[in-house]
Amino acid sequence: MEVAFYLSGLVAVLATLGVVVSVNPVHALLYLIVSLIGVAMVFFALGAPFAGALEIIVYAGAIMVLFVFVVMMLNLGEAVVDQERAWLKPGIWRGPAVLAALLLVILAVTLWRGDIGMVIAGETLTAKAVGMTLFGPWLLVVELGAMLLLAALVTASHVGRLSTPRQTPGRDASTKEGA
Amino acid sequence: MSWWTPTVEAAFIAMLQALVILLGAVLLGAVMTVVERRLLGLWQDRYGPNRVGPFGTLQLVADMLKIFFKEDWIPPFADRTLFVLAPAIAMASLLLSFIVIPITPGWGVADLHIGLLFFLAMAGINVYAVLFGGWSSGNKYALIGAMRASAQTLSYEVFMGLALMGVVAMAGSFNMREIVNAQEGFWFVIPQFFGFCTFLIAGIAVTHRHPFDQPEAEQELADGYHIEYSSMKFGMFFIGEYVGMVLVSALIVTLFFGGWHGPLLPPIVWFALKTGFFLMLFVLLRASLPRPRYDRVMSFGWKVCLPLTLVNLLVTGAVILLVSPQ
Repeated sequence: MEVAFYLSGLVAVLATLGVVVSVNPVHALLYLIVSLIGVAMVFFALGAPFAGALEIIVYAGAIMVLFVFVVMMLNLGEAVVDQERAWLKPGIWRGPAVLAALLLVILAVTLWRGDIGMVIAGETLTAKAVGMTLFGPWLLVVELGAMLLLAALVTASHVGRLSTPRQTPGRDASTKEGA
Repeated sequence: MSWWTPTVEAAFIAMLQALVILLGAVLLGAVMTVVERRLLGLWQDRYGPNRVGPFGTLQLVADMLKIFFKEDWIPPFADRTLFVLAPAIAMASLLLSFIVIPITPGWGVADLHIGLLFFLAMAGINVYAVLFGGWSSGNKYALIGAMRASAQTLSYEVFMGLALMGVVAMAGSFNMREIVNAQEGFWFVIPQFFGFCTFLIAGIAVTHRHPFDQPEAEQELADGYHIEYSSMKFGMFFIGEYVGMVLVSALIVTLFFGGWHGPLLPPIVWFALKTGFFLMLFVLLRASLPRPRYDRVMSFGWKVCLPLTLVNLLVTGAVILLVSPQ
């Protein structure tokens, strides 16, 4: 299983690199999907098939479809490819590359010294502890946040709906708002 | 023969089973193309293909020969990578789903704990076949077909998952074998009738079968997302649709109709009979129903099916808690 872990990890990293360097948005999205599937495979190899399946269903199967959908709707052409190519000049890479390299050094040093559990102060927060706090003392805030999101959803659907069609004598004027 | 240990033998048998199931699924999909045309003819009071071989049984061979020898043309304005990739995704994601389906107590490819989720994941991947196929063709009809297909599939996948959660709650597992075993006494179609109805509708919509074949509507889109495809690339989309039909039928049998359970006859016969029944149902639906308008399909999904599955799930949960409170 270790071979599968390292191979899919490698695929995920390379695919993510592909997302950054591809000039065609749809190809970049394809790389991102491959990267997500790679991460899901890593979860499978680690013995967390549930997380892996959810990764594919939620991210690759639903969210990325919407991304691809929107990019296709925008009908991006050669102009965008040229723009991307211009953005990917080596000069622009320099700043982010230095900063990312710094993070990589920190990561490597931490892994090398083997003190992953060490933090500045306090204990390491687990997902369970976060969940207990969110749905314990802070339940009211969570529910209020949920209501806010619902209100945003209703507003978006109200703003985005088609304007009321003029009453035409057509046979199915009443079904227009269902579109 | 020192290497022929029981482990090797078990691995060999498992591989053989997987191969037989794979070939069986593809062949059944291919055969369904002809069976469907004959059945459509029968139900619509006409002949259907009856010229090649006795009763038209060799029509499949003729079709295969024809499609293999057609020119495999990629339009110069197409995005080559995605154009070639799309039919492969269409076929592969559906075939991979057969991994989780237990056919008989002894037959099946893998016994995954997340069986049902694996199918949902593969159904999610399957959307890209249509999306990429439509977009990479560089054709407006294809693009409109792909748009419709992805919007329809996304909408129907939402409540397809929800429709199955009632079954999962009753069986207490995502594992398909355990779901089948939980139906030893009575089939889940009885307590989960609404789950079955919505899953059937969602299954038809996700495989783009009539009456949900908006994406490829011949009259308005001239075949939608696979308009630019020819030869075996089109063949893979085409056979893929029938493989999807077989898959959804097998899933319905596994999840709602007790899988291989049944009196007298051996398990494999029961499974085949039940699956065959639902394949016939698919064909009968195509023979009898007109195609609804696109916006009606969408509003039916969101306004009728989604609330129905939610209520079904709520009631199922409540009943399970009432019957066996823990």
